[in-house]
Amino acid sequence: RQALEEMRALYERNQADVSEAKAGRTDLIFLIRFRHCCLLRNQRCLLAYLYDRLLRIRALRWEYGSVLPNTIQFHMSAEEVEWFNRYKKSLATYMRSVGGEEGLDLTQDIKPPKSLYIEVRCLRDHGEFEVDDGTTILLKKNSQHFLPRWKCEQLIRQGILEHVLS
Amino acid sequence: MAEAYFPVGPGLGMEENFLSLDDILMSQEKLPGRAESALPRLAVLMGQGAGSAESIPEGSKLEIPLWLAKGLHDSKRRIISVDLPKIYKEAWRTVFSADANVVDLHKMGPYYYGFGSQLLNFENPENPEIAQTILQTFIARFRRIMDSSQNAYNEDTSALVARLDELERALFQVGQKGLNDFQCWEKGQASQITASSLVQNYGKRKLTEVDG
Repeated sequence: RQALEEMRALYERNQADVSEAKAGRTDLIFLIRFRHCCLLRNQRCLLAYLYDRLLRIRALRWEYGSVLPNTIQFHMSAEEVEWFNRYKKSLATYMRSVGGEEGLDLTQDIKPPKSLYIEVRCLRDHGEFEVDDGTTILLKKNSQHFLPRWKCEQLIRQGILEHVLS
Repeated sequence: MAEAYFPVGPGLGMEENFLSLDDILMSQEKLPGRAESALPRLAVLMGQGAGSAESIPEGSKLEIPLWLAKGLHDSKRRIISVDLPKIYKEAWRTVFSADANVVDLHKMGPYYYGFGSQLLNFENPENPEIAQTILQTFIARFRRIMDSSQNAYNEDTSALVARLDELERALFQVGQKGLNDFQCWEKGQASQITASSLVQNYGKRKLTEVDG
């Protein structure tokens, strides 16, 4: 926001100089050009920073899943949150249209799977976790479970479970 | 292994990538130049004058960043004329042609290749030679970079990387990543699902930012 203020101030000063130049003092053309360069530079830096933030937010969707933890959401501006929601929505529509009736969840199976069930160990307390056939599993630190792959993939990516190779 | 964050990379050749952070940093590097005509009111900005109505006289030497030089340079060349920084001049060019592996490119301005490509935008009678030198330096140093990046596994690479400029460092990291991925595959860890690096980074930072 401060950068925007600065830009506005520079622009106004530039305007004043432009009118003065038109009034006949042609040696000021250089100054105008100089300020224009500065403005362009500020604009470029700002745009690159915002674009980079967007790229990181997009990466977050692929890493974290649909819901962002609160600490991260706190650091995003309102427009970024809206962008994230829209991106989520377009990604969901795309996934639904791709694989048959139910659609294909592209965020699963990032690495080619070797088996349906995997062995996981829990790294942090996460509370209860419900499996497809209704049984709940209590996730406490260092407890090991044998769970279907698609359920745990999210949690492993988030660092809550750890995949154990036998 | 599969990363989701793809930053915008630097531009190739004589054009820069507008949104690339690397290019922005690179264009911040300074060049020596000379003012061709009197520059009114600029003295304050350049830190040389006291009043706001002073102008820099013609012919005085200035150090300007690349982005400013590109903006103010004009085919009629009324405002600024640029000289080459010393690393692209005759003396250094002979050093490069003698043995390019010895030069510490990081110390000489960490953007040797990128900056050199941008310099070709300004008209200068030595441009073909500059272009040739940059190319030859790269060819000479490339073999060593590739060799060291592919064979340094699980070691501290700071000694190897210290003398490389930014472009070479990026190449080195790509090589290292390929090597690590291959070793990972050989050990059978390729199918192990891991927490992504973004997640791990956030986990480390959470402790400091929770109160913010």
